[in-house]
Amino acid sequence: MAVFVLKRLLMMALTMLVASFLVFSLMEFTPGNVASKTLGPYATQAQKDILYEKLQLGDPLFVRYGRWLGVLAGGIPDPLQDPELGLDFEDPRGDQYFGNFGYSSKYKLPVNDVLWPRLGNTLILAGIAFGIIVPLSLVFGVLSGMREGSLLDRSLSYTGITLTSIPEFASAVFLIAIFVLSLGWLPGTANMQNFEDWSWASQMILPVMVLVLYDFGYVARMVRGSMVEVMTRPYIRTAILKGLPYKTVIMKHALRNALIAPFTVILLQIPFLITGVVVTETVFSYPGFGKMLLESASFGDITMVEAATLVAVFIAVSTQLLGDIGYMYINPRIRFT
Amino acid sequence: MTDQSHDDDIVLEIENLGISYFTRIGEIPAVPDFSLRLKRGESYGLVGESGCGKSTVAMAIMNYLGSNGGIVNGRISFEGRDMSTMSEEELREIRGSKIAMVYQEPMSALNPSLTIGSQLKEVLEFHEEISSQDAAARCVEMLRDVNMPDPENVMNRYPHQISGGQQQRVVIAMAMLSNPSLLLLDEPTTALDVTVEATVIDLIADLRKKYNTTLLYISHNLGLIVKVCDRVGVMYSGSMVEEGTIDELFKQTKHPYTFGLFDCIPTLGADKHARKLEPIPGQVSLPHERPPGCSFGPRCKYFKPGICDQGHIPIEHVDTSETHRVRCLRVDEIDHVASTGAGGEVARDEGEVVLDIQSMSKFYEITDMSLAAIMKGETRHYVKANEHLNFNANRGRTIAIVGESGCGKSTFAKVLTGLETATEGSIMFQGTDIGPIPVQKRDQKMIRALQMVFQNPDGTLNPSHSVGYCIGRVIKKFGIETDAAKIRDRVGEMLDIVRLPKAFSTRKPRQLSGGQKQRIAVARAFAGNPSMVIADEPVSALDVSVQAAVINLLNDVQKQYNTTLLFISHDLSVVRFISDEIVVMYLGQIMEAGASDKIFSPPYHPYTEALLSAVPIADPDIVQKRIRLEGEMPSVMDPPTGCRFSTRCPRYLGKICDEKEPENQVSADGHIIKCHIPLAELSEVEPIFNTKEAAE
Repeated sequence: MAVFVLKRLLMMALTMLVASFLVFSLMEFTPGNVASKTLGPYATQAQKDILYEKLQLGDPLFVRYGRWLGVLAGGIPDPLQDPELGLDFEDPRGDQYFGNFGYSSKYKLPVNDVLWPRLGNTLILAGIAFGIIVPLSLVFGVLSGMREGSLLDRSLSYTGITLTSIPEFASAVFLIAIFVLSLGWLPGTANMQNFEDWSWASQMILPVMVLVLYDFGYVARMVRGSMVEVMTRPYIRTAILKGLPYKTVIMKHALRNALIAPFTVILLQIPFLITGVVVTETVFSYPGFGKMLLESASFGDITMVEAATLVAVFIAVSTQLLGDIGYMYINPRIRFT
Repeated sequence: MTDQSHDDDIVLEIENLGISYFTRIGEIPAVPDFSLRLKRGESYGLVGESGCGKSTVAMAIMNYLGSNGGIVNGRISFEGRDMSTMSEEELREIRGSKIAMVYQEPMSALNPSLTIGSQLKEVLEFHEEISSQDAAARCVEMLRDVNMPDPENVMNRYPHQISGGQQQRVVIAMAMLSNPSLLLLDEPTTALDVTVEATVIDLIADLRKKYNTTLLYISHNLGLIVKVCDRVGVMYSGSMVEEGTIDELFKQTKHPYTFGLFDCIPTLGADKHARKLEPIPGQVSLPHERPPGCSFGPRCKYFKPGICDQGHIPIEHVDTSETHRVRCLRVDEIDHVASTGAGGEVARDEGEVVLDIQSMSKFYEITDMSLAAIMKGETRHYVKANEHLNFNANRGRTIAIVGESGCGKSTFAKVLTGLETATEGSIMFQGTDIGPIPVQKRDQKMIRALQMVFQNPDGTLNPSHSVGYCIGRVIKKFGIETDAAKIRDRVGEMLDIVRLPKAFSTRKPRQLSGGQKQRIAVARAFAGNPSMVIADEPVSALDVSVQAAVINLLNDVQKQYNTTLLFISHDLSVVRFISDEIVVMYLGQIMEAGASDKIFSPPYHPYTEALLSAVPIADPDIVQKRIRLEGEMPSVMDPPTGCRFSTRCPRYLGKICDEKEPENQVSADGHIIKCHIPLAELSEVEPIFNTKEAAE
């Protein structure tokens, strides 16, 4: 077990390294360089050239990538914070520490000051959505899979597939039209400001609703499919012919087996909800991780995009690790081999 | 009889039961009219081919017919209460406590993610007021009753952690826990090895005696019915066609279908030279296509138009017997003589040696990366799937390889066909050592000369290719014919040989029955005119009548082409019938080898002796010496040193068996026995099979 986790952690580090390098080199191919992006559109060519020189941007890709890694690991100071450049970039943590993602040229702030609060916001949004999606889709999936072809099953299946096929931007617009424009019950934005006008909860309702509507149908269908399969298994017949009440057959014999297959799908919703909610965040101008990533990428803020990539990959890979370990616990056939 | 119907002694009474399934094409009468009466403590066997409605009856007794099935007429009364009028609640009280069931596949009948303990305990917890500790204690007690080794420990294990035989013991324990008055067994040993089957059958008989349980034993295997049951009912296409006590049914057989079943199964006394199996022609008619009158009519050789195809045929008592009943109008006119025909064929001279195997071994390497193994430096293990196999096969002969699962017979087939390569030794086939050559490197001539027929015809025929394409491709690939018209002719010829109409060449596998598919597989294997065919359990997935037809076919085709047939099987009665020589394997080694009649008479290797003792024989007059193997087959990963069989051997000598691998001894009649016990002593044992008179 320890060997397994260790192996997986090593793989995880490697994946993150490769991903960060890929993003780093991709940024090479976008127009403009770090110097011009940092200085903004009104800088003169001479200013850009000086910065280009100082940052040694003429060095080969690998050297610059290595330097970026060095800054991240706290091995070398962040060159952008050099007071000689006159950029006034200043990080209260100093210019050399472990986990130094550098300075964001878009937000003119240290990456660490932008990234984590934004991620925190997204975690709140995703967490609430996840907390609603999982129980809801489990209940609905199990209820409809328990008796395949019943009226309940058919109506739930149709509802689920309809909701899943409506894209987030469309459902967001519909919901805004209903709850904001017609009824006026809720705010149209969730910028996490002006709490005196709209309470925190009222701002959260619409974004959460959009995510739940979009995602829950998919997960519920997965659970339903697995449940339908399990209900045809001979051991369910054994349980019924043992004289167990139907509720016990479902709760004790079917449920656990029915959760084995969708477990991975459910866990995969975590990275989706954290990094894939760009559309929802943008529509509601929610100050989250996805929106930040979009803004930085369109600005060409390489340090920010790099940092965000690392965080996203970390989330994706660690959910998978979590999934594999959890899988072993719910499926005894894997645990003991 | 009828006035005693509420007698306390009657546990189950089924009267004119009709069961139908309601599907898109309408009502399908699976069981049109079925009656049965079981007395307390009685054991009743229900036999018939698949699709005859045996399991449907069992499920109807439990009142569990799924959402589209239902009882359309008649009634089932259990201990005087009508099951069909019971509420869901009342049914639940009876299921698992008064009526319990044992299923065919123990692995799938047990919940894979719950411990055995929790699956056992819940039976008691739902049917009785009992504390968890008391329930656990009772379960352990019951596990001990079903001879489960180390029951306390087993309670905490999951089903996949114990062997198939043990899983079936758990299912039986689960059924017996609340001491049911009726136990339904649906093919309880079909998925098990023959020696395990024998111990499970013994166990069921013991438990029945101990608890006075009524048994309804469903099986297609007449041999098992003889061992377990007092009375037998033969079902055909949803109706009971004959019933009676074991002696009545086996000795005064009346119904043509029952005769047909007996003529299909190989008996131990006769081999292919003495008698031909007589398959029942045709197939069981589908429930919605039953002919009027006798449903067996279309397959019956005594069928008389105008009599057998008119109206409903009742089941009548035979002569004065209270118990023997038969559903046949011509029962007094039929004088059936069991077939002895096609005998008289003399064993053919031995042809030249086609296959010569010298000390062939196949090891699989396994790397164990656990910390303990790394510390000890023992990361590599070898699974000795085949170890020093020596034997040869002559042209035109049938050599059977027998042994339980895990003995290495399938590995051997894989090495021969080149799917695996031999680790050591040589396999001389037509002058080449094919042992180290994988199939990708074999030339076409070699591949063509060595073909295979597999166990499951469903899995081996490509569902999207027509029969003609499938056979024609072999002919084309092996360069037997190149011209399209000639290939077509040859396909027709092959279909002729396997006795299928030529029109079948355009059919897809899904349009064929199991037996027909297996015929196609045989045609495909023989299409390239091979000098050797390996048949890996070719008939074990088939019903008896189909099995008989395929065995006959294999024999005929083999004779026609003078092919060597390597017949891999676990069914000793089939093996006795078909083979000229037998090789008995255990844990990767050959324990005994020789001519088949010699294998079936002393001297026996102790393992062969146990195998023979476990074969179910469909003849109440034959008694078998009772030898049961203790324990489980050791893991191939860690086989016993010395003699492989030493850990379970009933004639274990002592240290020598554990320490020294026995030499091959050659008996007077020319067969090889790998055992430390001297031949003289091995020869002294009584034969396993005796007639009743001789035994008394």
